[in-house]
Amino acid sequence: MQMKIRNPEDFWAGVMFVAFGALAVYISQDYPMGTAMRMGPGYFPTYLGVLMIVLGAIVSVISLKTEGPPIKPFAWKPMIMLSLSFVLFAWGIDHIGFIPALLGLIVLSAAAGQVFRWKEVVVLSVVLVAGAVGIFIYGIELPYPLFWWR
Amino acid sequence: MDFSQLIPNLALGFATAVTPINMWYCFLGVLVGTLIGVLPGIGPVAAIAMLLPLTFNLDAVGAIIMLAGIYYGTQYGGSTTAILVNLPGESASVVTCMDGHAMAKIGRAGPALAIAAIGSFFAGTVGTILVALLGPPLAEIALKFGAPEYFSLMVMALIAAAVLAHGGLLKTMAMIVQGLLVGIVGTDVNSGMSRFTFGASGLADGLSFAMVAMGLFGFAEILSNLGDKADTANRDVLNKKISGLMPTWQDLKDSTGAILRGTAIGAFFGTLPGGGPTISAFSAYAVEKKLAKDPSRFGKGAIEGVAAPESANNAAVQCAFITTLTLGIPHGATMALLLGALTIQGIAPGPQVMTQRPDLFWGLIASMWIGNAMLVILNLPLVGLWVKLLKVPYRFLFPAIMAFMAIGVYSVNNLDLDVYMAILFGVLGYVFMKLKCEPAPLILAFVLGPLMEENLRRALLISRGDPTVFITRPISAAFLIATALLLIFMIVPSIRKKREEAVAESAVL
Repeated sequence: MQMKIRNPEDFWAGVMFVAFGALAVYISQDYPMGTAMRMGPGYFPTYLGVLMIVLGAIVSVISLKTEGPPIKPFAWKPMIMLSLSFVLFAWGIDHIGFIPALLGLIVLSAAAGQVFRWKEVVVLSVVLVAGAVGIFIYGIELPYPLFWWR
Repeated sequence: MDFSQLIPNLALGFATAVTPINMWYCFLGVLVGTLIGVLPGIGPVAAIAMLLPLTFNLDAVGAIIMLAGIYYGTQYGGSTTAILVNLPGESASVVTCMDGHAMAKIGRAGPALAIAAIGSFFAGTVGTILVALLGPPLAEIALKFGAPEYFSLMVMALIAAAVLAHGGLLKTMAMIVQGLLVGIVGTDVNSGMSRFTFGASGLADGLSFAMVAMGLFGFAEILSNLGDKADTANRDVLNKKISGLMPTWQDLKDSTGAILRGTAIGAFFGTLPGGGPTISAFSAYAVEKKLAKDPSRFGKGAIEGVAAPESANNAAVQCAFITTLTLGIPHGATMALLLGALTIQGIAPGPQVMTQRPDLFWGLIASMWIGNAMLVILNLPLVGLWVKLLKVPYRFLFPAIMAFMAIGVYSVNNLDLDVYMAILFGVLGYVFMKLKCEPAPLILAFVLGPLMEENLRRALLISRGDPTVFITRPISAAFLIATALLLIFMIVPSIRKKREEAVAESAVL
């Protein structure tokens, strides 16, 4: 018999908390516990992890007896595009320079939206890059190379 | 209370605040704050985190004046869009939409905006006076706090945050524990051991506030906007010309009581750890509706429905500085950011700030009053400009926000790892949203985590491992009793039902 989860938001939230709590307890095993008087680095996180497991378990159990709305679907495309845009920027600023990295970020993140028009994105990129270079590189003098040739 | 010092202190404050450079920072802060308040999809937390790097080169006074300006500026901006476009710029303005926009629809946008500004200014003034009056005595008490008191105070702040937050109490408490755990990442100060760093040397100093805040509040918010809503082109911007800004005498008479009550409610929730502008605005609106002779007017353009929440949220913003500045314990995500900015400037937050840096403390207070005055002068004539800004489609805004966030996160430590962590927290924040878990208490706990562990350790070291130290010391015991009362209130069914109703009501809005 398949059990139906009637309150998926709370159920999965509880599962998530239990998972995070268990992870915290597991990792904390590597740190000395110490005693209450002389606490080791493992003391506080271990108890927090246990508390989290308990709270998460209660949330999940209660969720079995309540009704709740279904979880809305995830927006995978924006999630991937926005993440990529940040990765490109973080990697690029050191390797290809501030301006190309920022351009990449703007184009990739714009592509995450529902409407993407090249003309608009070009104008937006020029305005934003000029503004950012003005404020951050010349204004508050952040020490980043503008291009890969410096 | 010692009033004799008040005048010289305020004089010092105004002398600090009216220097051209600090006036400029104050102006910049309130202008940017209003802008952010007007633009939907970016709240004060993400905004301050984003703009934090801009303050690195300023002196401490200038930096804090500007950041505070951004904070209370957002409240003003948020109300402008709530009234004109029925679109709350940030969460504290949600209630203002109901009657504010109703007023705009019947051609009374002008008086609604004016009353919002007047109410906010009055509340801001009262808030500033309260900070000046209550700050010094509170700091004096706080100086006597030892480790057990601080620990209990933080427990109270976190539980209060859980009780006052939207969403289920248990989930919020789990989010708090989650935040405490996130705060542990980094090197343990006592043993020098790296905890939860997964071997990454870049995490040895712990997670920076900027990356967690921008991930949870900025990145996740954009994701949610892109995924769940159509491109926000269908904003029903009011095209009618706004005429007759001045409210009538009848308007003023109708709203006086609402402004006074709103201010009081806001001051109360603002001072309370865990409270904040949003809960203040909701409570103030509810009170007005209860007190009204004809509650059916509400939602159809009752001026009290604008005056009360607007006064309340601004009073709460000002009063939040009382506990934040005197105890060094932030009582909300935004305040945590401001304290973070102080720390970057090399100032350890706490009761000693007032005696060691009186120019900073009193300068900030004076600047808040000046900033509030600037907002009144600035906002009403600029309404047209803000409305135009609202017509900028979201597809132009979010790449700009992404760019600012990326630069902001990276510039804190010049580390690419920080940006990758921001992605992680962004995705996590998005999952939290999907599961209806409120991220604000998490971030508060994240900031308090290390402080809490440190004070717990110290308290138990002094007491030789005896946990009764928390209840045998009177101040500490008082905090814990207050915490227990809060929790009991939550569990008592009738009150719990009321809270759930209030939360449900705010969710519908």
